Amino acid sequence: MEHGSEKDPANATFSLTDEDHTLANSLRFCLNQDLRVNFCGYSIPHPSEARVNIRVQTTGDRAREVLKDACEDLMSRSQHIRSTFEQAVADYKNQQGPKPMDSD
Amino acid sequence: MESTDGGDEERTTKGSAWDLPDLPTGTLPPHIQLQKTRVVCNKEAPTNTENVQYAGAYAAAGVDNTVRLDDFRENFRVEVIKLTEDDMEFDLIGLDASIANAFRRILISELPTMAIEKVLIANNTSVVQDEVLAHRLGLIPLNVDPRLFEYMSENDTANEKNTIVFKLHASCAKGGSRITVKSEELKWLPNGSEFLLAKGNSASNQDSKQKTYTSFSCSQDSLPEFADNPIAPKHADIIIAKLAPGQEIELEAHAVKGMGKTHAKWSPVATAWYRMLPEVLLLKPIEGDEAEELVKKCPVKVFDIEDIGRGVKRATVARPRNCTLCRECIRGDGWEKLVALRRVKDHFIFTIESTGALPPEVLFTEAVKILEDKCERVITELS
Repeated sequence: MEHGSEKDPANATFSLTDEDHTLANSLRFCLNQDLRVNFCGYSIPHPSEARVNIRVQTTGDRAREVLKDACEDLMSRSQHIRSTFEQAVADYKNQQGPKPMDSD
Repeated sequence: MESTDGGDEERTTKGSAWDLPDLPTGTLPPHIQLQKTRVVCNKEAPTNTENVQYAGAYAAAGVDNTVRLDDFRENFRVEVIKLTEDDMEFDLIGLDASIANAFRRILISELPTMAIEKVLIANNTSVVQDEVLAHRLGLIPLNVDPRLFEYMSENDTANEKNTIVFKLHASCAKGGSRITVKSEELKWLPNGSEFLLAKGNSASNQDSKQKTYTSFSCSQDSLPEFADNPIAPKHADIIIAKLAPGQEIELEAHAVKGMGKTHAKWSPVATAWYRMLPEVLLLKPIEGDEAEELVKKCPVKVFDIEDIGRGVKRATVARPRNCTLCRECIRGDGWEKLVALRRVKDHFIFTIESTGALPPEVLFTEAVKILEDKCERVITELS
C-alpha cells in the first residue's frame, strides 16, 4: 500500500492491491458516514490491473487513521450482520421444526 | 394542513421554499425524505435511484445523514423467507446498497469451491473433442466442502490436501445402441491418480513404486471427513457425452480449489442476487370498473378487490412483493396519478442459489467473513 501524500497527512490516496469495488465501495460508504471526512472517492485505474485507489480528504485528522476507523466500522457492521443472520437462520430452522428427511 | 401531515411520505409534490419553517425542525421535508428513502418508478424512468451517502448532505435542515453503528445495531434486521437445501431467500433490512452489493460480489466471485481443473485423457474416441470434454467436466458441481482443502499453487505437487481425483471410463459395445455418459460415472479415487508417469531417468528409483501424476501420502477416505461421505458430483444425472458403438472415453479428472473470479466453474452459487422491496401505493381509492381494470392490468397479481359493502368494489394492494416493476399498472392515461410504484432503498430481498458444495446459509456467513478479512487486511497494512 502506498501513502499518497507525505506533506499533508489530512489528504491522502491509498492504493490497495488485489481489491476491487467489493471493498472500495463499502469503504467509501463507511468513510462518508464519518463527519471528519471532507471528501472520499475511489477509482480503479485500469480494469485489468487488480488495484484500487481510495482518496480520503479530511477536515484535519490524519487520513490514515480515518481510513483505519472506517475499516473497523465496516468490520463491526459485518460482524453484526453475521450474528443477526445466524440468529435469524437458527430461529427459522427452529420454527420449521425437525423436518422429515428426504427419502434418499 | 402542512403541519399536521408533515411526516407523511405519501406526498410527492414539491413544497414551496416559502412554506419551509424558519428554523430547522430536525426532520426532512416529506419530498426530500421520499427522495432519500425511495426509488420512485415513473412511467418513463425511475428517479432518485442514487443513494445520498454524504454525512452532511442534510445539514441545512438540521438532519444528520449518518447511520451510526449503534443505530445500525438497533435497526438492522434479517428475515428468512425461504430456506431449502440449495436455495435461500431472505430480507436484509436497514443496510446500504454498497454493503449488500459487496456480499453479492463476494458470493459470486470470491468464495472458493472445488472444481475439475486438469483432465488427463488416455483415450477419447467420442465425437466430443478433448478440450470440449474437459470444459464440460470442469463445470460439474462437486459435493465437497472446500474448507477441507488447500489451494494448489504453481509449484505444489498434487497431494491429498489439494487435489481430488476422479476416474471416468466408459465405452459403448460394438453392435449395441448408443449410450449416454453421465456424471455418476465419475468415480472418486481416494488414493490419487492411477496413471503412471512416463519413465524418465528410471535408474534412480527402480525399487520404489512407480510414480503417478499425484503424490498422496495417505488415502483420502481414511480422513474422518470423507470416511462416511464419499466425494462425488452433486448431481448424478448431468450428461457428459454420448457414445456410439465402438467409441470409448478413458480419463482422469483432477479437481482443485479455486475462486469464481478465475473461472465461473469455481463459483459456489448458480446465482446470487438482490432486489429492493417494491412498494405499491394507491394514491386515491380505486373503485368499480377501474378496480377491475387495475387487477387485470397486473401480470403478477399484485392487486386484489375487496367488497366494501353495498356492492362497491375497491382495489387493494395485496401482494406488493410480487411486483416486478413492469409498470403495466401505470400505463395509460391518468393511471400514474392513481398508483405509485416505489422501491425501498434499504430493504433488500436477497436470493442465493447454491450449486451444492455448501448450503446457502453457510455461503452467506462465509461471504461476510471474507469481507471482515478484507477489512482486517487493510487495518494491518495501515497500522
